[in-house]
Amino acid sequence: MPTLTPPPLPSDDKRWKIVNGTMRKNGFARHALIETLHTVQSAFGYLDDEAIRFVALSLRVPLSQAYGVVTFYHYFSLKPPGKHTMTICTGTACYIKGTDKLLAAAEQRLGIPQGQTTKDGLISLTTARCVGACGRAPVVLTDGELHGQMTGEDMLAQLERWTAE
Amino acid sequence: MTIEELDQIAESVRTENSKFDHEISVCMGTGCLSQHSDQLKDALAKSVSAAGKNAFVRRTGCMGLCAAGPLVLVEPEDTLYQHVKAENADAIAASLDKEPIAELQCELREHFDQQVHVVLENSGRIDPEKIDDYIARDGYRALLTALNDMTPNGVIRQITESGLRGRGGGGYPTGLKWSTVAKAPGDQKYVICNGDEGDPGAFMDRSVLESDPQRVIEGMAIAAYAVGASKGYIYVRAEYPLAVSRLTTSIREARRRGLLGTNIGNTPFNFDVEIRLGAGAFVCGEETALIASIEGRRGTPRPRPPYPAMSGLWGKPTLINNVETFANIPPIIRKGGRWFASIGSARSKGTKVFALTGKIRNTGLVEVPMGIKLREIIEVIGGGVPEGHTFKAVQTGGPSGGCLPAEMLDIGVSYDALMAAGSIMGSGGMIVMDDTSCMVNVARFFVEFCMTESCGKCIPCRAGTAQMFTLLTRICDGSGTMDDLALLEELCSTVKETSLCGLGQTAPNPVLSTLKYFRHEYIDHIVHKRCPAGVCNLKAPVEVPA
Repeated sequence: MPTLTPPPLPSDDKRWKIVNGTMRKNGFARHALIETLHTVQSAFGYLDDEAIRFVALSLRVPLSQAYGVVTFYHYFSLKPPGKHTMTICTGTACYIKGTDKLLAAAEQRLGIPQGQTTKDGLISLTTARCVGACGRAPVVLTDGELHGQMTGEDMLAQLERWTAE
Repeated sequence: MTIEELDQIAESVRTENSKFDHEISVCMGTGCLSQHSDQLKDALAKSVSAAGKNAFVRRTGCMGLCAAGPLVLVEPEDTLYQHVKAENADAIAASLDKEPIAELQCELREHFDQQVHVVLENSGRIDPEKIDDYIARDGYRALLTALNDMTPNGVIRQITESGLRGRGGGGYPTGLKWSTVAKAPGDQKYVICNGDEGDPGAFMDRSVLESDPQRVIEGMAIAAYAVGASKGYIYVRAEYPLAVSRLTTSIREARRRGLLGTNIGNTPFNFDVEIRLGAGAFVCGEETALIASIEGRRGTPRPRPPYPAMSGLWGKPTLINNVETFANIPPIIRKGGRWFASIGSARSKGTKVFALTGKIRNTGLVEVPMGIKLREIIEVIGGGVPEGHTFKAVQTGGPSGGCLPAEMLDIGVSYDALMAAGSIMGSGGMIVMDDTSCMVNVARFFVEFCMTESCGKCIPCRAGTAQMFTLLTRICDGSGTMDDLALLEELCSTVKETSLCGLGQTAPNPVLSTLKYFRHEYIDHIVHKRCPAGVCNLKAPVEVPA
């Protein structure tokens, strides 16, 4: 059986070395696919075709399977995130406390549906299914920072601050 | 590491702590951290030294009462302060050795007095990243006792005797599961901790992992010894970054102390743990889907048998338990199965942690003995629905559970009683709804969740939940008919009986339970074209031309 040499790093970008590190730590085993994709996403912010191809070839996973995994899990994103990300929790506790109104207000203000980024690439609007801070519902994450008992005014004020930057 | 060495570590921690007149614990769980309790801790440390007080400021995990955060506990006075801000630090430092600050004091005795802490015994009491703090509170004593003085079968006997049932929701007897894995043939076995807490509205596992991670690791190690495994995985949601980072630290600490690795406690027992991150798929809480995810594949379940106990991770016998189940193990081994069985009700033993949220005063985490009435949890511990509104329903079990009305509040909390009432125990989410919630809309919310989370492998769940969602949407927007309702009920029973895994089998529960107890709301939407709670935007009835 011919031995497969791992593909070269896609570019000089140092972040690929981090990605390679995760794979090496797992002995380039196929089951390291999700772990490696996590590393790519935390390093690059999203997964593009080049990254998926590189990881799949390195781990000898069929491209179709790698793509299948990426699209199966909500946590992985195929599009680059905006400069800022607003994540609105739509878990049950937040829903009971009226998070649907927050989401509608944000969608209206930004003019995009959830899951998209404004045309200028400034703000991404996403939803999360429960971040586990239900005691403080409704919860909104601004660039990953958690804010509890969010009001519509506070949320819109944050969006204004980002837009004004 | 021997028990004597554990004692020495515990002793040195106690000596160190006794040098201080006061211990100030600051809650740094996700809820309080979101209100900058980290800055509060630094401010307190500064104020205490500026005031020249002999006090020690400690970071701890969740103290439970998230509604009143950030929380600060002063010991030995046992004064609990609520809504503390960094600017209160000087006042708190000055009040040491004197009278406590009345206006900051949290006076919710009835909230805490009704609770029994087994799983949460260390939460909010120890620094979650310091293994010595855990050891000082009898940590790892159970593991070393098991390794030195008990046979694997002896451990399983204690667990069986305790009557512990799986805390992930299914309620399968833990002792039975362990003995099945122990008896399964094979040299290589695995232990998996299911921390994929996907239920929206539940955060028990997050809190335990953030507040007392060593307890889960110890529980896993005891399980590994009992079933003959040498490798463990903790599967945690990527949405819980703090839990992941505290677990990573804890695993490293446990290795450093020789409590993970080879020849643990100078015995031939080897065990190590790795973390695997989930990637946002609710279905991965199902054990075969979780295994597929750890193997790096799409998290789709497969038919059982074979059960993971016979053929699990990479085809090897695998024990999968929930975070809370493992967290119950060390005290059971320490105090005996009979002690555990003395808590709780006839067929549900021990305690249960609930995440109490929604329209209720004291939101947060509570741990209560099994058998306690729902009414006590909601009205006494939870403080009831905030003024101006009335209680309508309590939802347990997340998207797989059901909504129970006020007249069902006097049932005792146990696996069987909740099941008989049309809901389930689930992993422990408990969401209170008041008169501003529309039960049809709530059912639609859960069905939408199950629809998006359905992995798509089996048709009843993939297509059935989508059809259920369409029907519920029609009822919510006012275009539903009584025929739709009949179709919905028929579909519910089809999806329930023919789906492959728990997700589909339980997806109709929110619809069935609301139909059982709140049928009038469905009728209001369909016949009278009105939403009693004023949530749904109903279209005006269309006049059919004659």
